[in-house]
Amino acid sequence: MSDATLPLRPAGSRAASVGDRFFALAATSAGVLVLVLLSAIILSLFVEGLPSFRAFGLNFLIDTDWDPVQEVFGAGVPIFGTVVTAVLALLLAVPLAFGIAFYLTEIAPAWFRRPVGTAIELLAAVPSIIYGMWGFFVIVPIMGDDVQPFLTDWLGDVPWIGFLFQGAPFGTGILTAALVLAVMIIPFIAATMRDVFNTVPPVFKESAYGLGCTTWEVMRSIVVPYTRASVVGGIMLGLGRALGETMAVTFVIGNTNRIPTSLFGPGNTIASIVALEFPESHTGSLKLSSLLALGFILFVISFIVLAISRLLLRPRSA
Amino acid sequence: MSTTMGPAGRMPASGPTRDRRVADMLSRRRKWFDRVVQALCIAATVIGLVLLASILFTLLWRGVGALGLHVFTRSTLPPGSHGGLLNAIVGSLVQTLAGTAIGTPIGLMVGTYLSEYARNSVLGNAVRFVSDVLLSAPSILIGLFVYTILVEPFGGFSGIAGCVALAIIVVPIVVRTTEDMLRLIPTELREAAVAVGAPKWRVIVLICYRAALDGIATGILLAVARVAGETAPLLFTSLGNLNWSLSLTQPMSSLPVTIYQYAGSAFDDWVDLAWAGALLITFGVLALNIVARVMLRPRS
Repeated sequence: MSDATLPLRPAGSRAASVGDRFFALAATSAGVLVLVLLSAIILSLFVEGLPSFRAFGLNFLIDTDWDPVQEVFGAGVPIFGTVVTAVLALLLAVPLAFGIAFYLTEIAPAWFRRPVGTAIELLAAVPSIIYGMWGFFVIVPIMGDDVQPFLTDWLGDVPWIGFLFQGAPFGTGILTAALVLAVMIIPFIAATMRDVFNTVPPVFKESAYGLGCTTWEVMRSIVVPYTRASVVGGIMLGLGRALGETMAVTFVIGNTNRIPTSLFGPGNTIASIVALEFPESHTGSLKLSSLLALGFILFVISFIVLAISRLLLRPRSA
Repeated sequence: MSTTMGPAGRMPASGPTRDRRVADMLSRRRKWFDRVVQALCIAATVIGLVLLASILFTLLWRGVGALGLHVFTRSTLPPGSHGGLLNAIVGSLVQTLAGTAIGTPIGLMVGTYLSEYARNSVLGNAVRFVSDVLLSAPSILIGLFVYTILVEPFGGFSGIAGCVALAIIVVPIVVRTTEDMLRLIPTELREAAVAVGAPKWRVIVLICYRAALDGIATGILLAVARVAGETAPLLFTSLGNLNWSLSLTQPMSSLPVTIYQYAGSAFDDWVDLAWAGALLITFGVLALNIVARVMLRPRS
């Protein structure tokens, strides 16, 4: 057995180590490529937006003019529209998503959870252009004919908030956009909440039930405190989606560059103005640069929101 | 609940333990409140399901009537001349498949890197974080980015730019599922392969990939489903083309962009075609999602 010709390392080990090194290099460079990609996206949008930042300075962020003829561009209205529609969408979506997640984890019979959960997840898979068409052809008429006149009748004369519910009921506008956005982000938030609710150790919940807690009390005193950070992370994930959504919003928001005084008024968002104005912008023009600068601003906003969301949802890699 | 926490001596005289009537009232109120909350949650779920049903019903109602053989056999034509969607369907297939073909190997290698080489390294964590951010980043920005690197410098919109934009969206989806699936493989399986003398890269390719095949394939299917419906990134890259064109260096038509252009038009036959296209793309995407779910079920 102690033959001197017996190799200490298996035959072909040199080829193996070359293969190993090559494979490790390929994997590592792919990983680095992802970092390069994100940096390149930020850098390219910033560099292309630079002429606009130079021309308008920090006023670009608050200026509400968008006048291609005079070559005056400001991001005030789109930033306002983006934040307002996204926050309104969250206000509408979070209670519903919470209810769905609560139903799917504690209330629904076990055999019923999978099909209903799958249906809600399929809602997340529907392309955003379809939400746009559905919003335009189904939701806009309902809003214009029924919901907006109804809200004007009931809330239009209420002091302090009445002005939000006045104006011509066109069906389109900020509120409709927020509604369609809410429908789009409900499945994301609900699915994330359901997954984190399921991470609560059953013994905690059983102990509470054993003390005589009702289902709601278990939810409020055990499940929600245990999962609070991840729940907020899931909501931020939904917010990130709502901020950057393009097609659905473009169909229903009315696309006017004016800060609306009413929830029924038309407006725009960063994504919608970029999608609409882009085809009419020439290469190298100040308008194109302003649109790319808007893209840079949107990237910064969504990066912050998504980064917070990821940090709160972190335990994935633990 | 809080009555059980305080010291026994300070229990109020009319507390639930002493007074049967108060105890009954409290318990009835708690149960009643619980029932109201449960009813609201059921209502929320019903609303979610009704929304899905409303979308699918609207698509079927408006789309089936508009669907016909001409949709698949004729290209887009001016309004009133009985055009179809052939060029858009083919353009979408080309860009979706090419985008997936470019993005999948990169995503696979990144996922492998995160799971097999950099589980707890600083670089690995950074890559995982950035990939997660890219996963949810607004797709319109990916389109703008590709516009600045592939359209502006080369003087025109092109199919290849559309493919690259979709590939960038594919990467983080494949990264996520690949890493998650590779992590599920027991270490013993790797150790067994290493013990019989296999080098690491062969362990990964022959053992880990094979064991995680279902999961990785699911990730790829989900990526295809996601990019097949993407509109915003294509507006700035492949732009859309009303004529038949398979050239990757020319603007290329795609189903979502055509739907976008047609749905907002004033011509009834174009709007009908938009609904037919919307029906095709939605049911295609949902079918891919369902297939992906069924594939993953036996192992999980």
